[in-house]
This record gives sequence, structure tokens and C-alpha cells, in this order.
Amino acid sequence: MFAFRLDSRSGVPTYLQLVEQVRRGLLLGYLVDGEQLPTVREVAAALVVNPNTVAKAYRELERAGLAAPRAGQGTFVIGNDDQVPHGVHVKLAARLRAWVRSAHEAGLAPEQVRALVTTVLDDENTAARTEAA
Amino acid sequence: MTGESALRFSGLGKRYGRRAWALRDCTLDLPQGNVIGLVGANGAGKTTLLQLAIGLLEPTEGTVSMFGRPLRMDSPAGLAEVGFVAQDHPLYRGFSVADMLRYGRSMNPRFDQAGAEHRLRELNIPTEHRADRLSGGQQAQVALTLALAKQPRLLVLDEPVASLDPLARREFMKTLVEAVAETDLTVLLSSHVVTELERVCDHLVLLHQGRVRLAGDIDELLAGHRILTGPRCDDTAGIDGLVAATHGTRHSHLLVRQPADVPAHPRWEANPVGLEDVVLAYLARTDTEPPRPASAPPPEPAEPGRRLSIVTDRSADERQA
Repeated sequence: MFAFRLDSRSGVPTYLQLVEQVRRGLLLGYLVDGEQLPTVREVAAALVVNPNTVAKAYRELERAGLAAPRAGQGTFVIGNDDQVPHGVHVKLAARLRAWVRSAHEAGLAPEQVRALVTTVLDDENTAARTEAA
Repeated sequence: MTGESALRFSGLGKRYGRRAWALRDCTLDLPQGNVIGLVGANGAGKTTLLQLAIGLLEPTEGTVSMFGRPLRMDSPAGLAEVGFVAQDHPLYRGFSVADMLRYGRSMNPRFDQAGAEHRLRELNIPTEHRADRLSGGQQAQVALTLALAKQPRLLVLDEPVASLDPLARREFMKTLVEAVAETDLTVLLSSHVVTELERVCDHLVLLHQGRVRLAGDIDELLAGHRILTGPRCDDTAGIDGLVAATHGTRHSHLLVRQPADVPAHPRWEANPVGLEDVVLAYLARTDTEPPRPASAPPPEPAEPGRRLSIVTDRSADERQA
């Protein structure tokens, strides 16, 4: 069963934290298409949060097309096809971590790392578009 | 379901004898199915409001209605709708837990004995023990279990976790949220631990010096407040919705109540604000009028360097330091 967690100091509203974890879980393969999410009561009890907040998060997931209720059974996630297989994600994360470490050693601040990543992503996107055209 | 009102106070006030008003001008609508947190300093009127809400006190002025009807605690039907756990969760010290369950069943027509026994088993609380042999956390759980077994529509808790250690607090709150998830229960609880409320409550009422200073859905309250940071601005009189200001030598932080969709002036950097900061800012205010939600963004800040005689406590401290 998917385990939620809360960061009470993040300043992000609880229901948005829950939505974001499902979104991430889907992207990273921790959640797969058709998997059942814990019930509102289970999440409320595990995190000691207001059940209405959990229900709000689930409604938001349904609105975003990331989950759907099945009558009398619960809420189930809806996966997408471009999901990264779990092994790939682990491998890529390890290489990215090594790269980030070398960036830190080179004296780059987190802000600069982020700017660099954004720049490279944008360049790649432009290149891909030109190729396609 | 939510939407309809569980409790409605209009112009509610309470004065003990000829002393100052403990509570005044309290007009509130508390939504059904919500967990409502009541915060305020000691002596702010929290207990008075809770006891007025369930008819333990007669109001000096104003009215209370519960689930759409005038409050009638002199009738069994009215009493059956409410569960109440007083401060320090008092129990009959010489009674065993089983005695209390038996007593509860004989006094309440809808008493859910099986549910209560099941809950106590899950919590590993031995029913043959006398109340005074239980730990503080267990006593609190027994008091909550008894109140829930009554199957009330409204549960009122006065500082339920103030005397408990962190683990017992969490266990108590867990029992509470499970009950809310299972039924259509409305909960009104007072506390001065704001972090506790942020997780468990969806509605907040802030009392200060006997008056309601802030009330509403917590997500909406947070979305409606933000911190503006920009060049020092001493002339804050014209800023709509200003709750609190702190100043550095060259910059100011303003906590303002503004709709989230109103863009701030480009010279201000707007940041979201946490519930604890909002609550503390309102509690620190000394005036009686709550700030109106602003309709317009604040004016362009004054040129830096202008001095004003009124500074906040914090900036005065900084200067002395």
C-alpha cells in the first residue's frame, strides 16, 4: 500500500503535499496503474490529519485525472504510459547525484545548478524541435 | 456533510457578575462535519465560548443555535447530540473503566458499548483498572472513548492534549481523526498548540481578549494572507489589510490579509505564510478591530530612509541590540 508522509515545515498545504506525492509516485514507479490508494480513514489515522483534508486531496487527484473512485471499493490510481521503470530511475538518480556532487565541488550554488539544468533542458528541447521540423 | 452549520452564535457575550466581559460580540457560523480549532492565549475566553456553545453557561447576551435549532440543553434530545470532554479530562477516580462504561450506557440511550470496548482493546487499556491507576494518556483516551460512545453529532474538547506527552497527544488525535473519518461528527476543540491544529483542523477561530479576531477555513485563511518583503516602508497606515509589520534598517516585512489573486506591487516580493505566523501576528495585535481583507494591493513603498516614531517591538529590540 502506498505510504504518504508529511513535511510539516514545508509550508505547502497538506492536501497539496498528498497530491504531489501521488504524482511523483506515478512518475517514479512507486505507484502503478490500477493500484489502490489507502482509504481516507487509513491515511488520516497514519498521518494524524483531518480526514476532510485527505478527501480533498483525493478529489484533486480525480480532477487531475490521476485517480478514480470505484463504487464501494476505494480510490485507484491511473497510470500513464510514459512512466519510467523503477530500475531506470534508480540508475539515473545515482548518476545525477554524482553529477550534482561534482557541481558542488566545483563551487556551484544550488541556484546555479538549477539554472544550468534549466538551460540544458531548454537547449535539448529546442534541438529536439528543430530535428522534428 | 459539510456546508450546513453545526453551531451558530449571534452577538454572543458573557460577563461573570460585574467583572469585565469574558466574551463579547461573538458572531460565528461553524460548519458541520468540520474539525474546528479554537485558539487564544490563556484567559482569552476559550473555555467560556465552549461552555456557552453546549449550554453549560447561560449567555449574558446573544444566542446560540445548534444544527439549526435554538440550543436546548434542558431536554434529553439536546443533551444526546453533544459530547464534552472538559479540561484535564476528569474521570471518576475510584471507578474502574468497566464501571464507567456501565454508567455511560445507563445514562445514554444511544451508547455504543461494543464500539467503546473495541476501541479500548485496540488501545491496550485494561477495563478492570481504576481510573486513577491509568496514565494521563490513557485517562484522556478513556474520556474521549466515553464521549464518542455517546455517538454525539457535536464533540467539544477543552484543551484535550495540553497535559499529554507528544506520543500520547498523537495517539489521542489519531483516535479523534478516525472517529471523524467514520462518522459525520463535528468537533470543536480548544488548544494553544497551533502546530497541532494545523494538521487536524479544517476551520480556525482565534479569540483574543474576549473577541473573535479571525475565523474561517484554514486553507482559505492561509491563501488570504501573505508576507510582503520590500524596501523599508514606515508609513504603513495606508496599507489595506495590514496585520503586522517588522522592519530592518533598509527593508520591511508586512503580513497582510489580501486575496491571493491580487498581484502585489512589483517592488514587493510576496511569500506564503504559515498558520503559526498568522496566529501569532493576530495575537500580538492590541487594537480591537480586525483588519479588513484588502481589495487593492498596497501602495508603492515610501522611499527608504524615512523614519517614523512608531516602530514595532521587534525593530526597537534590534536597535537596542
